[in-house]
Amino acid sequence: MSGALLQVRGLRTVFPTRRGPVAAADGVDLEIAAGEALGVVGESGSGKSVTFLSVLGLLRPPGRIEAGEILFDGRDLRRLPRGALRALRGRQMALAMQDALSALNPAFTIGQQLIETLQAHGLAKDARAQAAAALTRVGIPAAAERLDDYPHQFSGGMRQRAMIAISLAARPRLLVADEPTTALDVTLRAQVLDLLDDLREQDGLALALITHDLAVVAERCPRVMVMYAGQVVETGPTTEVVASPRHPYTRGLLESLPRLEDPDRPLHPIPGQVPDLARLDGGCRFRNRCAMAQPACMGPTPLVDLGQGRASRCLRAVEVTP
Amino acid sequence: MSVSRLLERLLQTLPVLLGVSLIVFLMITLTPGDPVEIMLADSRATPEQAAQLRADLGLDRPLPERFLVFLGNALTGDFGISFFHRRPVWDVIAERLPATIELTLAAILLAIAVAIPLGVIAAVKRDTWIDRTLTAVSLFGVSLPGFWFGILLILLFAVQLGIFPVGGRTSFDLEVTRVTGFLVLDSIIAGRADALLAALRHLALPAITLGLPTAALLARVVRSSMAEVLTSDYVLFAEAKGLSHRRVLLRHALKNALIPVVTVAAIETGSLLGGNMIVETVFGWPGLGRLVVESIFARNYPLVQAAVLLYAVTYVMLNFTADLLYTALNPKVRL
Repeated sequence: MSGALLQVRGLRTVFPTRRGPVAAADGVDLEIAAGEALGVVGESGSGKSVTFLSVLGLLRPPGRIEAGEILFDGRDLRRLPRGALRALRGRQMALAMQDALSALNPAFTIGQQLIETLQAHGLAKDARAQAAAALTRVGIPAAAERLDDYPHQFSGGMRQRAMIAISLAARPRLLVADEPTTALDVTLRAQVLDLLDDLREQDGLALALITHDLAVVAERCPRVMVMYAGQVVETGPTTEVVASPRHPYTRGLLESLPRLEDPDRPLHPIPGQVPDLARLDGGCRFRNRCAMAQPACMGPTPLVDLGQGRASRCLRAVEVTP
Repeated sequence: MSVSRLLERLLQTLPVLLGVSLIVFLMITLTPGDPVEIMLADSRATPEQAAQLRADLGLDRPLPERFLVFLGNALTGDFGISFFHRRPVWDVIAERLPATIELTLAAILLAIAVAIPLGVIAAVKRDTWIDRTLTAVSLFGVSLPGFWFGILLILLFAVQLGIFPVGGRTSFDLEVTRVTGFLVLDSIIAGRADALLAALRHLALPAITLGLPTAALLARVVRSSMAEVLTSDYVLFAEAKGLSHRRVLLRHALKNALIPVVTVAAIETGSLLGGNMIVETVFGWPGLGRLVVESIFARNYPLVQAAVLLYAVTYVMLNFTADLLYTALNPKVRL
């Protein structure tokens, strides 16, 4: 897929800690095409947010990118001067966050926060009308009047949509949505996800949907990438990954999900804990929690292409699903 | 804020003020030393004359009665006659008040002007040598005793280098017509650049002495508040929108970071009134602080009572103002 809007190759993002450097993202490869939705799944600390903060150039010091290429529309973002990267942020690639209440500045009105985004990218012509249109687009009624409201005057679902409206105000081509629906109830969750689907279909928006909720991914993202302890452990078309996972961690995630059609099925949480990223050996990072581990898992476990767009980091990939 | 809520907040301050006036009244009257004796120390007054003076001043009345008289008069703005000056207390205070307000304002403005940039820099560069140096310097600044630091400044800048005057508010030959009582303003009104310069030069050292510990304290508050805000999601989100670093810092972060700073600054302004007594004495600044010190030594009860009550009212009002500013900065707070 050489026409991908975003291509990441061998991304390694490191945080120095008192116990030595920790690679929160370690050799991450990924691609997202225009109009495509990639689900990025993994538990907290798996490196999914760090990967995309690296892409957006929003890592907080002392975290830094140590290696890798981040190609956006063919340009390596790591080689761009800071000013040029800033000009891309918000304009070409945007971020939507989990909790709109904390992502929106409490001291400024929704309108101010929308309009300054437009201004930052030289789109200030009729800024107020554009801002109102942006709110209308995400389904906020009486948008023009609500521009002067502060974030705390919005309801939770409205606030989440307003935040997404701000992210999308300058019509970016890529949206990184980091747990955009986790704080919402089921109805609102569907509304927000529908909205993202529409934008993807109509405007060709590329979407990275970061979540720990495989169910959301199964429903909304044609392709999924599963991360564990800083690495991509499995990737492929969502329906196939869900039907026949090729990594024990993915299988574990699926087995820990409740199913509507089989409510009595026992849930199997994954035993054990994520390894200490400062104390890694060269082996498989999941092996201490894996029922299928064998001596060879102490050695290197590269991400192996399995064909049909699928890849897994497990040495026994084909045996994972019987 | 609604008008009724505003009134309610104002009424809440009354018990505080009443308590303060009672404590002041008791403290000063129960302190050993007789004002009549001090006033008559140099004259050869007979005991009858002394008794007459005591009766004239109302000092022969029982304590509760004297307190109630004091309170009743205070409510009508009458704080009695200054024993020492033989003029209404309020006139004497009003004469000295502008000098103190001018000095206090200069000190707090200086403190804020120094503290905000330093605090922001320390927060942005947190855990670097810049941050650690600023933190060490501000700890030093907070610990400086004003009287000692003031004397050091005088020795260096006034005596040795001769850049600034040793004390006082202005030079004798540069007096301008008193309009507001604030020399800086009066000089501008009179259109006298030389008088303005003299006033500012006289103001510099006392304002630095008074303001520096406050600047150090405020810088620490700005630093910690700013450091916290900088880790917030809305700062990350503002950066994700493609805003300039400067705009994110000075608009998104600073406005929120200043909310706690406002409260501390207002309370500190109140404390500066106390610090004034020392600084005004060291620099021979003809303000209220020095007047109060002199009056305490002279057992000039009415003046001390009025002044301390004025301090208390000012302090309470500053806190009230802090609440109002807090509302203005933080739209979530509707008092």
